[in-house]
Amino acid sequence: MAGTQYRGSEIKDVDQFLKDSAGLDSDREKEIGQHIGYRYDVNLVPDYERLTPFLANYMEVMGWDDLNWLEDVHMGYEEGAPAVFDRNINGWVRVPDSIDLPDNQQDRDMIARELLIKFQMSDRHPLVNLRKAYMKF
Amino acid sequence: MAGVSDAQLREMTQEERAQALGMTTEQLTGRSMFIEFESDAEERFTYPWAHDVDYNKRTELDTDDLTTTEVNEKLRALMAEGYGSIVLKNPRGKHGIAVGILNRLNLIIEGSLGYFGVGLIDGPNVRINGRVGWSCGENMMSGTVLVEKNAGSTFGAAIRGGDLVCRGSVGSRTGIDQKGGTIIVGGDTGALSGFMMQRGRMIVCGNAGKNLGDSMYDGTIYVGGEIRSFGVDAVPAELTELDKAWLTRKLTQYDLLPEKGVDHFTKIVAGKQLWNYDNLEPTEKKLIL
Repeated sequence: MAGTQYRGSEIKDVDQFLKDSAGLDSDREKEIGQHIGYRYDVNLVPDYERLTPFLANYMEVMGWDDLNWLEDVHMGYEEGAPAVFDRNINGWVRVPDSIDLPDNQQDRDMIARELLIKFQMSDRHPLVNLRKAYMKF
Repeated sequence: MAGVSDAQLREMTQEERAQALGMTTEQLTGRSMFIEFESDAEERFTYPWAHDVDYNKRTELDTDDLTTTEVNEKLRALMAEGYGSIVLKNPRGKHGIAVGILNRLNLIIEGSLGYFGVGLIDGPNVRINGRVGWSCGENMMSGTVLVEKNAGSTFGAAIRGGDLVCRGSVGSRTGIDQKGGTIIVGGDTGALSGFMMQRGRMIVCGNAGKNLGDSMYDGTIYVGGEIRSFGVDAVPAELTELDKAWLTRKLTQYDLLPEKGVDHFTKIVAGKQLWNYDNLEPTEKKLIL
C-alpha cells in the first residue's frame, strides 16, 4: 500500500476493522480508547484494472479520463460494518448486507465508489431537502 | 414532505421550510439516520437538481463589460438553457469568476483570472488559457481545472476533490489545508506547499520551496525536482510500483510526463509525529477521581 507509515496504527489485514470494530491496535489507542486515523489507507491510489462498468460510465458522462474525486473514496468500516464516508452529509453510508465483500481493498473501494454515487444522485439524499430549505441562490 | 409544493416552500421562512421538509434542528451528533434508497436504481450520474446540459451545445460569452456577478449569473442561465460548452472571452483578470458551478460543463476561459477563480466547483471541466491569481480552485469538490500559464499563491487551498493542474509555476502555500483531490504543478512551487495537508495528492514536476509539507496530517506529495527543505513532520517514503503507475497515468493525461519518466520523483508523506489526540484526558480524569 502507498504511504502506510502510521505511527499509531497500521492496516495489516483487509478485514481488520470487521474483526475488531474498535480497532484499538496500539498501546496509545488502548490508552485513549479510540482508533487513531482513518479506517482505510487514505493514500492508496486506485487500480484502474478493477474499474466497474458503472464507474466507467460515470467517467464518460462527466467527461473525465479517470475517477477524479472518487480516487479519494474508499471502503471503510463503521462499528464493524462496511461503509463508505459521504462528505456531503459528513456521515457513513452502510454497505447493504446483500453485497458480498471481495477479499481485497481495491475491489472493495470500487464497490464503495459505486454505492456512494448512487446515493448522492438519489432523490432520497439529504442534500436534496437541505438545498430546498437553505439554498441562497 | 411530499405534500408541500415548491411554490408553498417559497412563501415560507427558512425555519418553516426546514420543518415542512421533515428536518430537525436538534443535535444529531453520534446518531444514525436511516434513509433507504435503491442501490440498484436506474443509472443517474448527476445531482437531482443539476441542469441537463449537452457538451455538443456550445456558445460564447463576452465578459468585457460585465461585472463578476453578471458573468456568474449568465453562466448559470446558459447552463439552464442546456449549453454544455461555454467559451468565456475577455475575463481581463476579474476576481471570483466561475465560482460555485455544481454541474457538468466544459468551460474554456480565453484569458487570465484574478483572485478566487473557479472556486467551490463540483463537476465542470475548465481550461484557462492564461494566468490565475491567488486561490484558484479553492474548495474545489470535483472536476478538472487546467491553467495553461502560471498561478499565484494558495493554489488549490482546501481542495477536496478533482484535478487542479497548472502547467507553469505556482506561488507559495500551494494546496494549503488540502483535504483531497490532486494538484499538479508542471513547474516549481513556492514555500510551505502542502502546509497542513490532510489527504489527497500533490505532484510537483519542478522544484519545491522551503518547508514542503509542513505540519501535514496525511496525504502524499510527489516532487520531481529539488526540495529546498522539508517542513515539520514531512518525511520521504518509498515510491511503490502502484505510485509510479498512477503518476505516469496522471501526468500523461495532462501532457506533463517528463521525458525521463517518474522514477526520479521523491514521495513525501506525514511522519505522524504531530498527531495529537486527546491522550492526556484519561490521565487527567484519573487525577480528578
